[in-house]
Formats: sequence, structure tokens, C-alpha cells
Amino acid sequence: MNVLVCVKQIPDPNAPGKLDPQTKRLVREGVDLVLDPGDEHGVEAGLQLVEKDGGEVTVISMGPPKALEAIRRALAMGAHRGILITDPGLENSDAISTARAIAAAIKGQSYEIIICGTESTDGSSGAVPAQLAELLGLPLLSFAKKLEVGDGKAVIDRQTDEGYDVVEAPLPTLVTVTGGINEARYPALRGIMQAKNKEVKQVGLKEIGLEGQAGKAALTQEVIEAAPAEPRKAGEVIDDKGEGAKRVAEFLKELKVI
Amino acid sequence: MPGIFVFAETSDGTPSPVALELLTKARALGPTTAIALGPGAAKAAEALARHGARKVYVHEDVAFRDILASPAVDLLARQIDKDQPELVLFGMTYDGRDVAARLSARLGTALIANATDIARRDGSWAVTTPMFGGSLLVTTVPMAKAPTLVLLRPKAVAAQPAEDASAPQVETLSDPVDSSKPVARVLRREKEKASGPKLEDAAVIVSGGRGLGAPENFKMLDELAAELGAAVGASRAVVDAGWKPYAFQIGQTGKTVKPTVYIALGISGAMQHTVGMKGAKTIIAINKDREAPIFKLADLGVVGDVHKIVPQLIQEVRSRKGK
Repeated sequence: MNVLVCVKQIPDPNAPGKLDPQTKRLVREGVDLVLDPGDEHGVEAGLQLVEKDGGEVTVISMGPPKALEAIRRALAMGAHRGILITDPGLENSDAISTARAIAAAIKGQSYEIIICGTESTDGSSGAVPAQLAELLGLPLLSFAKKLEVGDGKAVIDRQTDEGYDVVEAPLPTLVTVTGGINEARYPALRGIMQAKNKEVKQVGLKEIGLEGQAGKAALTQEVIEAAPAEPRKAGEVIDDKGEGAKRVAEFLKELKVI
Repeated sequence: MPGIFVFAETSDGTPSPVALELLTKARALGPTTAIALGPGAAKAAEALARHGARKVYVHEDVAFRDILASPAVDLLARQIDKDQPELVLFGMTYDGRDVAARLSARLGTALIANATDIARRDGSWAVTTPMFGGSLLVTTVPMAKAPTLVLLRPKAVAAQPAEDASAPQVETLSDPVDSSKPVARVLRREKEKASGPKLEDAAVIVSGGRGLGAPENFKMLDELAAELGAAVGASRAVVDAGWKPYAFQIGQTGKTVKPTVYIALGISGAMQHTVGMKGAKTIIAINKDREAPIFKLADLGVVGDVHKIVPQLIQEVRSRKGK
């Protein structure tokens, strides 16, 4: 079985994010860029499928040339090869533009399953996977916290507010995975060395036939203002010297909770 | 007159809370039509009208309940083509997200997610979205043809019945559901939520984070919650670690809650979490790290060991209740 995993390179989520006051875009310069931690679970899910049933994991990403590092990280985890969609014309792409580019770039690839994270940790609109499924005419198994594949179909436990639904779709299908689905492996030194020799195909807008139809040229929305939200005022902070619990209980009494 | 569509999720004839929130927002922006799908949808029409829907499209096919997204996308695309609404509102829920995103790809229209507000501006829409855990508010405008699709976060708006509500004009649809395409089908539903009040409705929430150290330490939270009549919540770190099911998760990728009192135990207060709880009226935090960002939000913060303080607190609460 062949698996495609969509990944994204994002500014380190542990560092405080910044917005460019002029362009209103996320600042990507001068910050550490990492493979989105949510996508590590997608790569892991793909690797587990091919380790069981054979086949290859191809990781695909769209971004500036630097995004190659995120692909290398996935290759170091064990993915077999990569595709990087990169082109100056893709700058400022919104979700639908991104989905179109990925759909065009994977045309002709052989796959039974496409795996994405439920949403990126930086943008977190979560639109690309469902848009990609729609463009490819695939069923979407979303918010999977468990995934099993066999007999030409995929079955997931899909998160709900009250528990989970067991949902099934025939292959090929697109699956979005949550952080709860697995523990992502850490690349071993051997994997990191091997990753350097794995094939990463780079394609631009011309190769995928979307010249003049992506990025700024195809924007469906624009951020026009950004303003700090009114901060919540901090209250009293005390050190617990044995009286902490009492103080909280008194406060709860004041609030009429007790 | 072009109007506004609201994708009103219902379950066995009861509108979801976010459906009523969407209608409360929509009716202030223009004449509103609700779309209610699945078995029992017709029963929801009255409540939808009471919250501002002038018209309700109803389709009761079981496919809308049992097949993810695709049947709803097909139906919405047809009704949008017929009525030409300017705006379609969805709740930022599991199903709302899937349907809205697929529909945006089908129509090639703008989809703005994570919204907390929307207003008319210069003949178009201005949509407010929080960034960086809510420390920044950005305004986004659509640049594609109508309709603009917006996913509104639950609890962004308080649901209120409309003053000028009238009897609903219900139109029952019966177009056959396309069964030619491969689909994702629900085989069964499992509930794993514990007893006690629902997180979304609870006046008091006791919430635990990684600082609790181990999953079994949630027992003392359950105990404290029982004493306070509170619901139990959790941070993403705890859910990702498998200590608690996802249904407990509060934050950007979990639930948004607005209780009267929120008690954060061993939660550092990452943006991911605070975006889901900083609407609480009063916040109490206990954490061993004095520098934890949660103390910047808390009305009362205690720097100390949750493992010591929480059992003491349970005793203090019990003795005060006894009086």
C-alpha cells in the first residue's frame, strides 16, 4: 500500500509568534522552523501502515525552498521519498490555493491513502485536508484517533464531543489524524544519514500547470487589520506556605461556589 | 433579496447550541435561512425560527446523519445556486469544518475559519479571528465571489431568542441523495463522557494539566469537582498523552468554555489552552512554576504543589459546606 502524507513547515510553536505589521503575514524570518508536530503523527501513521502491509510513504509539502528541511525530517523518521512544491508565485497562498497545488502535484502518483494532520499548528484553520479531498473526489475520514486499513477500506475512530464514531470509507481515501493517534517516533541517527540520500522531487507552478492561478493571483481572502486583544488583568498571586488551599476555599465561598 | 444561510446542525430534532448562536449573529446581518438536515430536523424548525430563521430548509434523509459531509455539501451547493446567499455561516465543529471546507473547494469561494465575529463593511464582510491564542485579533475580508463561508467558534456569540420571531416558513426538500460516489459512513457511535455537568454548560470547571504528573492524579480532580458540582476539563498536553479522552480537551483544538469559575490545576497556560478558557468570569490557578503564563490571567493564583494543595482544598471545601 502506498501512502501520501501532507506535511507543513511552521515557525517553532514554542516560540512566541509574530505578525508582520506591514503584510499581516506570519513572520518566518529569524525564527526556528520545524516540521509541524501535528504532522509527525501523520508521518508515523503512514509508516505504521506500510510497515504492516508493505509499500512506500511519500511526503509532500508546499513552501519556500527551506521547507525541504521539514521533508528531510519526515524522511529521517522513515518516509521513502518527498515532493516539495515550491515557487515564488505560491507566496501568500491561502488554504484553497494550497489544496489546489497539492492536488495538481500528486496527479499521477499511486496511493491508497492520503494522511494529513487535522490542522496546522500555526494557521489552524484546518481547511486544506477537506478541500483536497473534495478536489480529488475522495471520501474524508476526519479527526481520526485510531486508523485501521484492510480489505480495500479504512476504518477510523472519529473524535466527537461525547466520545467517538466508528467511520468507514473505501480506498482510496483521505484521513486526518489527531495527536492522540500515536506516539511519533524520533529519527535515529541512521535515519538522519539515510534521509540525505532519499529522493525529493521539487516542482514549481509550471510543472503542475497552475501558472498565474495560485498564491496572490488566486487569493480568496486578505487580512487587512491586526490589533492586540484587550488583555485580561492578572489578579493576586500568593505563595503556598500551607495556607494556599484555605485561601482558595475562602475565595470560592466569596464567589458563592460553596 | 439575497440573504444569509446558516448550516444548523441538529441531533434528533434538537438544534445544537452553536446553531442558535449562529442564528443570533446572522439575523442581525440580514434575512436568514436555516438549513437543518437529518432525521428529526423538522422538529428543530420552531427553535430555529425562534432564534431568527425566517425560513428553514429541511431534509430528513438518514444519509445526512450517517454519511460524513458529502450529502450536506451536495445539498448546500444546490440551495446556494438557487437562492444566491451572500454569506453562509457554520459552527466550528467537527461536521461544520468538514462541510464548509469541502463546499469552499466545490464553489471556489472564500472560507474564513476560527471566526469570533463578523460584520458588514463596505458592501462586504469583515471577519474577526483570534491569533496566537487570542492575544491578537485580525480582521479578514473576502476577495472571492459570493457566498463567503465563515466558521464561527462556539460560544463566540450568546444565543438569544429573536424579539420579532415569527412562525417558521418550512420548506421540506426531498431531492434524492446521490449514492454514486464513495463516501465515509458512520458504522456506530460510542459515548465515553463521564457523569456530571457537560463542560460546555458547567458553571464551574476544574481542569488539569501536565503538572498533575500522572493520569491517576485526575482522581483528586474528580473528587474536587464532585464537591463543587463542577465539570472536569483537561489541557491538550494531557489529552495527547492519553491521560484523558479528547472530549475533556479545552483550548484551540478542543472546546471553548465560559464558566463562572475556572480552576486550573497544574496547567501552565499555553496559548493553545487559554484561547479556550479565558472567557471564564473568574480564573483560579494553582501551579508550582511562578513564571507560568496562567498566572497572568488568574484572578487568584497560588504558587505551590497541586498534589499537596488539592487534597487540602477538598477538605477545606467539605468543612465549609458542612457549616
